[in-house]
Amino acid sequence: MTYSSLPHFPLKSGRAHEVCGAGAFVFAFALAAHKGGKIIWVREGWEPTQINPNGSIAFVDPADLIICQTKTQSETLAVAEEALRSGAASLVVMTLGKPLGLTEGRRLQLAARDGASTGLAVIPDGMGSNAAETRWRCNPTFDPKDSTHQKWELIKNKSGTLGVWYVRWDTASRRLVMVSPAGN
Amino acid sequence: MFDGIQRRVVSLWFPRLATDRVLRQHPNDAPFVLTLQQKNANRIYCLNAEATRRGLERGMPYSDARAFCPNLQSRPAEPQKDRHFLRILRRWATRYCPWVGLEGDNGLVLDVTGSTHLFGGEDALIADLHHRLERSGISVQIGLADTRGAAWALAHYGQGIIAPSGDTLNTIAELPVAALRLDDETSVGLQRLGLRRISDLASAARAPLTRRFGPNLLLRLDQALGTHPEDITPLAEPPHYGVRLTLPEPIGLTSDVMAGTDRLLRQLCDKLKAQEMGARILCLTLDRVDHGNQKVELRLARPLRDPNRILPLFESGVGAVDAGFGIERLRLEATQVEPLQVEQIGHVSAAQKGALDDLITRLGTRIGLENIHRLLPADSHIPERSFITAPAAYSDPESGWKVTQPRPICLFPPEPIAGTGSNPPDRFRWRRMSLTTGRATGPERISPEWWLEDENWRSGVRDYWRIETRQGRRLWMFYTPQQPGWFVQGEFA
Repeated sequence: MTYSSLPHFPLKSGRAHEVCGAGAFVFAFALAAHKGGKIIWVREGWEPTQINPNGSIAFVDPADLIICQTKTQSETLAVAEEALRSGAASLVVMTLGKPLGLTEGRRLQLAARDGASTGLAVIPDGMGSNAAETRWRCNPTFDPKDSTHQKWELIKNKSGTLGVWYVRWDTASRRLVMVSPAGN
Repeated sequence: MFDGIQRRVVSLWFPRLATDRVLRQHPNDAPFVLTLQQKNANRIYCLNAEATRRGLERGMPYSDARAFCPNLQSRPAEPQKDRHFLRILRRWATRYCPWVGLEGDNGLVLDVTGSTHLFGGEDALIADLHHRLERSGISVQIGLADTRGAAWALAHYGQGIIAPSGDTLNTIAELPVAALRLDDETSVGLQRLGLRRISDLASAARAPLTRRFGPNLLLRLDQALGTHPEDITPLAEPPHYGVRLTLPEPIGLTSDVMAGTDRLLRQLCDKLKAQEMGARILCLTLDRVDHGNQKVELRLARPLRDPNRILPLFESGVGAVDAGFGIERLRLEATQVEPLQVEQIGHVSAAQKGALDDLITRLGTRIGLENIHRLLPADSHIPERSFITAPAAYSDPESGWKVTQPRPICLFPPEPIAGTGSNPPDRFRWRRMSLTTGRATGPERISPEWWLEDENWRSGVRDYWRIETRQGRRLWMFYTPQQPGWFVQGEFA
């Protein structure tokens, strides 16, 4: 089966979404690969975890990636909002450490709607905002034969049902492939 | 040359330009020299009158000078600043005539034809030059003659003489031959022949002189005597990218200020377009009625000269301005410009690229342009150094990523885990998680780059392993055989 049979993916444009779990970066890059265009990645400057372009090249060309470093979460949100509103990038990823209020979440939605681009907040587990269009929990899973096996759970959806899918990444075609659950 | 008007040229020589420039800022009566590393020694580059009186001279090693004169004071020379100072003096000298050129590193040449009467005649002009330069602490020697060559000779060798019009040869006849701007070899050669003065040279036979010394000698003589023309090249004024708007009534509304900025921006962009330049940093100064001023600085992600694109970028800055009792003057200046060629307008996604640059500019005003990065490939096997983070505004995206081995999607500083032996541990704890190794791929040995000092690579070579745990996480771990220990450095997709 191909990616087209994975519902709600790629995510709806003009909305802001959320993702949590250990596979959140993979989710963000897979989404960027499906969306195409420029990616703006907003992160706080102190975060020790940094993106490795030599690894993300399996998903997107690092030339399309712009990284903004901010000092605080409110600055992150302001930058993300401005980037979403301009519509210059097809995907704006922000990594957040603190819970997101309804006001901030709603502002992101409005900005994403104005710019017709997609927002994706990488959040810690259980700290989402009610304003998010969808929320995903992504975790890598062990598979004896494959090294990109992931379990993606849709845990919040404003316009549809929830679900669990097992996927893997096909580097050659830069596309997501849906697979049956591991071990079955 | 000029019908009816004899050309008159003033030559200014600043014998101590460099020290005068420094002493203007740090006045000092003691012997003072500027030193420069020349010919493998720290030598005197320029010295003040007091130092000359103590017997020091240019080109002398500084250590010798210290021995001659124990209370000698010194500073390192800055020839770049001296050249800049000379250009400032050149601009100042245009008050006497519009045609002013540079003469070497420490002189100016002014074509004052027809402008001397404005200062009350030639004597008064020279006196005025002397007076103003001496008052500002710059020692000067001045020569005035019909030709550039003769004026130079009088400035350097005949202090205070003004050559009467049409009588150049008699005035400079008694000066030594070196006054003809000859190189040392030629002037020494002429003295050996017994031709010590310019009059000797002028009366000598020309053909043997040319045969012996080449055409340059007589060219210099002819230029000094006016039989061979010589040009003065005035420097072009550097273009100034600043415009201003003075208002009859003070304004305070944001929309009014933006309308004023729009007018200024159009003028400025026309100037930039004429010079094929693009603005990188723009500074809008708003002068208020109460003599305060407010500044709005705009740093652009790309050099730009399109007013329609720049104007919206000013909006956030102008919105934050406190207008007080009103703004009566607007000044817009491009404080940093870069060459920007005229480009053919293409139909392929030109607008899209511009949108991203404008976004970077707007984000840059919020978080600083230096905080917006892009990643560029680098030629190194060390994971942390296999890419460069460059400011997006000052770099272009590059291709050329070479990845031979799978690399993790994110990297973090190495986190130690408990483990012994060169084979990956079967069970380990990392970040308070208890993990079991499901599959291990490796090792891949990476050696430190000995030619670069790196604190993190002190532990020697590393054997990298890809560990896929049964719990799901896929980690990039390494073992340091020279100082046994296991570390986690990254996570795979």
